[in-house]
Amino acid sequence: MESRNWDGFTKGAWTDSIDVRGFIQLNYKEYKGDDSFLAEATPRTKSLMKKVEGLFALERQFGGVLDVDTSTVSSLTSYSPGYIDKPSELIFGLQTNRPLKRGVNPFGGMRMAKQACEAYGYQLSDKVQEEFRFRTTHNEGVFRAYTDEMRAARKCHVITGLPDAYGRGRIIGDYRRVALYGVDRLIEEKKKDKAAIGFADLDAEKVRLTEELFQQITFLGFMKEMASMYGFDISKPAANLKEAIQWTYFAYLASIKEQNGAAMSLGRVATFFDIYAERDLERGDIDESGIQELFDDFVIKLRLARHLRTPEYNELFGGDPMWITEAVGGMGEDGRTLVSKSSFRILNTLYTLGSSPEPNLTVLWSKDLPAPFKRFCAKVSVDTDSIQYENDDIMRPLYGDDYAIACCVSAMRVGKQMQFFGARCNLGKLLLIALNGGYDSTSKMHIGPQMPVMSVEKLDYDAVTERFQIYLEWLCHLYVNTMNVIHYMHDKYAYEKTQMALHDTAVERLMAFGIAGLSVVADSLSAIKYANVKPLRNDEGFIVDFKTEGDFPKYGNDDDRVDLIARDMAHNVITELRKTPTYRGAIHTLSVLTITSNVMYGKNTGATPDGRKAGEAYAPGANPMHNREENGALASLNSVAKISYDDCRDGISNTFSITPEALGREEGERVGNLVAILDGYFAKRAHHINVNVLNRETLMKAYEDPEAYPNLTIRVSGYAVNFHKLSREQQREVISRTFHEAV
Amino acid sequence: MQGRFHSFQSLGTLDGPGVRFVAFAQGCPLRCGCCHNPDTWDMAGGREWSAGDILKKALRFREYFGEEGGLTLSGGEPLMQAAFARELFLLCHENGLNTCLDTSGCVLNSDVEALLAVTDRVLLDLKYVTDEKYRAHVGCGLDAPLRFLARLCVLGIPTTLRQVTIPGLNDDEESLRELIRIAEAHPCVDKLELLPFRKVCQVKYDDMKLDFPFAHIPSPDAESMAKLRALIPALLGGEAESGVKERAVHSELSSGKKKTGC
Repeated sequence: MESRNWDGFTKGAWTDSIDVRGFIQLNYKEYKGDDSFLAEATPRTKSLMKKVEGLFALERQFGGVLDVDTSTVSSLTSYSPGYIDKPSELIFGLQTNRPLKRGVNPFGGMRMAKQACEAYGYQLSDKVQEEFRFRTTHNEGVFRAYTDEMRAARKCHVITGLPDAYGRGRIIGDYRRVALYGVDRLIEEKKKDKAAIGFADLDAEKVRLTEELFQQITFLGFMKEMASMYGFDISKPAANLKEAIQWTYFAYLASIKEQNGAAMSLGRVATFFDIYAERDLERGDIDESGIQELFDDFVIKLRLARHLRTPEYNELFGGDPMWITEAVGGMGEDGRTLVSKSSFRILNTLYTLGSSPEPNLTVLWSKDLPAPFKRFCAKVSVDTDSIQYENDDIMRPLYGDDYAIACCVSAMRVGKQMQFFGARCNLGKLLLIALNGGYDSTSKMHIGPQMPVMSVEKLDYDAVTERFQIYLEWLCHLYVNTMNVIHYMHDKYAYEKTQMALHDTAVERLMAFGIAGLSVVADSLSAIKYANVKPLRNDEGFIVDFKTEGDFPKYGNDDDRVDLIARDMAHNVITELRKTPTYRGAIHTLSVLTITSNVMYGKNTGATPDGRKAGEAYAPGANPMHNREENGALASLNSVAKISYDDCRDGISNTFSITPEALGREEGERVGNLVAILDGYFAKRAHHINVNVLNRETLMKAYEDPEAYPNLTIRVSGYAVNFHKLSREQQREVISRTFHEAV
Repeated sequence: MQGRFHSFQSLGTLDGPGVRFVAFAQGCPLRCGCCHNPDTWDMAGGREWSAGDILKKALRFREYFGEEGGLTLSGGEPLMQAAFARELFLLCHENGLNTCLDTSGCVLNSDVEALLAVTDRVLLDLKYVTDEKYRAHVGCGLDAPLRFLARLCVLGIPTTLRQVTIPGLNDDEESLRELIRIAEAHPCVDKLELLPFRKVCQVKYDDMKLDFPFAHIPSPDAESMAKLRALIPALLGGEAESGVKERAVHSELSSGKKKTGC
């Protein structure tokens, strides 16, 4: 059934079934030129943005949260329409009835919702609490099923940050489907899928899926209703660029009204929109300035998105992030680049609207990207510190050419794969627990297999790795089981109906595990292997510190002796994880990513053999420990590049800070050198890099006087933050990181 | 053959074109008052390396070098180990790495001649424009680097002329004009760079219990550096209108046609 709104598009299989990629491939236009065609912000955009800046300032003055609606449960249609300034807006829709007013979402957990309100001086209304009295939240479900050991592992922080009290997120709806097909068609297809299941033998999984499809269909209906409250009928395909952006945004908006998942990523929309932009241009309906204006208005809406979080949550994921990640660029499987003019336009919003952490603009880098695009990206990095890069050449063979990034580094095929998010386990702590034979000296808890404390004068590498292996096997089994409980309950009590309605019914699931402290453990094992490490005991005979004598190779210097310890450790962890089956047959994946929780992981971990003091922050993600790099920036990048993406399919995060002076003398040189560095790093099959081009002094000034730097954006670990939104502790950690300087 | 080296830097963006691996040779016969690496003076210091091992180190970064980058040999004074340096550069060329030599130009002998034959670019540090200052603050005469520069021109080796701008010693307009005149008189010079005098090396002098001769001299501020840089002609990588002489020969040279000679 063809829609008139598809006039001018090349038809193909995408008209018969839901196939956004097919549509893109037949209709998009590569762009290999430079950024000279871009338009500046219009007066309308500037004045609207000024209002928004005012709201942001007010939000800061109110301690980070401007307002909370404590008497309404957030959902698609539970708020009346909200506007910034209706007459001057182009793309419509806010999460609640006012900009920056946060909604309450207790489906993940009531306690969390209550605490979040209280943290900002609000009181969750009795009405909401009453509504949930006879309702099970995800959090309650999980704790009904948690074993004692799971609770203990959580309590002593050897596994932390698990989504057992908040929405798991990391699911990307294919929001483009709403624009391309209209909601009615999507409902029709889902009804067909539901009917088809009825003919099969109904086992538990199929019954569950049938009920999920019912919910999906219902919520597609709510999505239409939500749009109609704003005066739009999204039942039919979008007729032009403005509608395509509006329809897509409504789909995204519906999802963030329904879910407060940790990361609510956008997907890969720019080149999809470009097809509509080109059609409108050809029809003479719009000019470049008009197109940029629509992108700008869309991005303003994304920058206003907020969830209500607790202080504990902020400790893990600092800076109030939503991870509205948009994947930009990349190459197609047929060798054409997926860079379009709109890839430039979405990056250009960092100039038209100023630098910003959201949306989390992520460039899919390939050696084959057009050179002018590479240079433009590098220029944006040098100017704004707001974008990150991920290796398209290693992801494309696994995920095709229509994947996107959830959160920071998690690749998935859009609309075809989803993820069960699983935070991370603390490898540094695990090493200490192993040495102490099942005792955690920080929490003073006994956990895991109980064995004698390693009672030697000097730690022996083979004995330590053998002991560590026992504990790793134990932890991995426990970790998978814990995740199975969490995601069973999340599906049961907080299922992402809206987002899953924008996936194929037969979705592939990934279960994402993570590790923190990779560099600490690698350096610790290196110290044990190449130096003399003497364990120091307390009165009770437990090891609480180490005396390390002699030098040892340190991760971050391109030294295989230690880098391969890190690489093998990641391999070892995923191998162990794979031994325990997952809920719904999900594929085990692993990330080396901490977000800002590296501070908290370090705080909860005793002294380690590498010389790290008790409580000292870990390095973020897969970064080498701060200031242990002695051979310069590229040696550090080479070390990280050795961690294999085959082992860590959920991403390997590296945050790279370099002073402008170290990157070159003038802007042109800096841009060229950054392109060369990115090309080199990714040719080494590295996965991800955050690029910050700034001086430590700037951060120190911002630390002293946050008010003076309201828009200072920096990349931290897979995402970007406004520096002022980090906790003081997180700020100090960022300042203490290695800045590669000119020699 | 073995060479003595102080250290290596995997990311060099300031010592030659593009992204470069920088090897710092150990040992220098000069004692420049502005020297920021006193720890590279001692001829017997550092560690011995074979050219093959240094090459191996550099090749680990070749993916980052792009079209312009490569290896820069700095120091210390690499000319003191010219025969070794030639061996290293030959290996670089065999492996397709661009070679760059960062030097004071204080030595010229047959080993150095042989080294220059395998050098793609020279970064020549011309510290002052008067013989008097050279003798007072460097430890050799001005004739040594000028002779070296003349030789570079004969060999047609693209050269970047560099000077550390030191307040009170060479930051006056007159000195700079003389430096520009020298640059323009030598068609092999396609770039003139001014580097601000910095004092972060004070710690090194303290550690080594040495007097930092220029401890009393302030670093030039950004504004005065910008003022001076504004005088550099466009054809030397600056922004000013072209200077003294017709640059046709020069631009031909810098566009890649080597070995044209003076």
